[in-house]
Amino acid sequence: MIQVLLFGQLAELAGASNLELDGVADTASLQLELQRRMPALATTTYRIAVNKIIVTENTPLSGGATVALLPPFSGG
Amino acid sequence: MGTMERYHRQIILKELGAEGQQKLLSAKVLVIGAGGLGCPVLQYLTAAGVGTLGIVDDDVVALSNLHRQVLYTMEDIGKPKAAQAALRLRAMNDDVQVIVHAERLTTVNAWNLIAPYDIVVDTSDNFPTRYLVNDACVLLQKPLVYGAVSRFEGQVAVFNVPTKNTAAVNYRDLFPTPPQDGEVANCAEAGVLGVLPAIIGSLQAVQAIKLIAGIGRPLINRVQTYNLLQDSWYDFEVQPAPLPNPLQPTSRAAFEATGYAVQCGISGFEEIDVAQFNQLLQQADTLVIDVRELDELPPVTEFAHRQVPLATVPDLFGNINHQSIVVFCQGGKRSQQAAKQLAHAFPLKKIYSLRGGILSWKEAAQTKQHERTQA
Repeated sequence: MIQVLLFGQLAELAGASNLELDGVADTASLQLELQRRMPALATTTYRIAVNKIIVTENTPLSGGATVALLPPFSGG
Repeated sequence: MGTMERYHRQIILKELGAEGQQKLLSAKVLVIGAGGLGCPVLQYLTAAGVGTLGIVDDDVVALSNLHRQVLYTMEDIGKPKAAQAALRLRAMNDDVQVIVHAERLTTVNAWNLIAPYDIVVDTSDNFPTRYLVNDACVLLQKPLVYGAVSRFEGQVAVFNVPTKNTAAVNYRDLFPTPPQDGEVANCAEAGVLGVLPAIIGSLQAVQAIKLIAGIGRPLINRVQTYNLLQDSWYDFEVQPAPLPNPLQPTSRAAFEATGYAVQCGISGFEEIDVAQFNQLLQQADTLVIDVRELDELPPVTEFAHRQVPLATVPDLFGNINHQSIVVFCQGGKRSQQAAKQLAHAFPLKKIYSLRGGILSWKEAAQTKQHERTQA
């Protein structure tokens, strides 16, 4: 089981700030699964963190991992 | 030192002490923006006795600012934020030298504005400025305290500070490519609860004080997020990007040639009517350009302008120091083409095109004249 935390407008897109997913082996397949649920994600800027560390390439996900999706904010 | 009584309650903190206070009094901090985040940053850094505080802001106070920009009063509406903020801050603490930079941060002025300061605090409200500030701070090797808010959430981080174990990371290691215009809503579009920037701005002030005094563990290479509705905090660790970012300028010259608005998908100019055009004629730092051919009629003698026929507009690129450019032609078509080119070449300037061209301006002027003689 993978825990997914969504920040900013991503939580609005998903209708929840917290999702639980099964059967995603890595961050790339997680992104595909999330895009299937939220097509707008494909054109949205965000970064992925696995267990609080921002990752730059496809990263394997072990059970119990927490993945967080962080979008940029411009407001000041 | 008599003024030290003011700081007694923080000097007795052994971690800070008189030595830390002295560091604060000697520090120079530049705050980009005097809005929702800028107000608490400025207030707490002034109260803490940061010796020199620069404020960069070209905006004026609006009624819709007051729910979160708590330095301002109703009497400040319509007045420049940087100057009004400076008035309040000087009244709070005359140990602090407050420097007003009442201008918009651009690639033209950024280098000289930022260079004299020790630390930059980004409290701006748009992506072009955020990337511009980041890239300038990377090149000038200035610690950057980043903060941003949207609706009920905020982000804080410290960039450009290397540690024993890691290279310095910057905003582009977090978000390498700017989102495109319209993708991420700003506060005006998405809304923001007034107290949220007070929390995030105060955290930015905390980071600046910790960096200056050398106490605790600032948010170096970490982004901290806060969700006000859930009262939850979450930290992200940021690592240096594995490859150089092709969008990131590597020299001062490359920085000054970077089109930040264009990078952010903004390449706009504004079409204005005759009344707005006449207002701009009165505004300082505005260049008015006639893009008609040199011999086209009617001639314009009523106001100062430069004649630059449409085909030669590219000759202007890199040669305009004015902050705003207003273009007109005969009927308003060619000036749109020129404005588009100018907006691309000067992404941080304000570019305007006169709708209906000089013909509608002359017509309006004649009508006015006629009305005057009738009366």
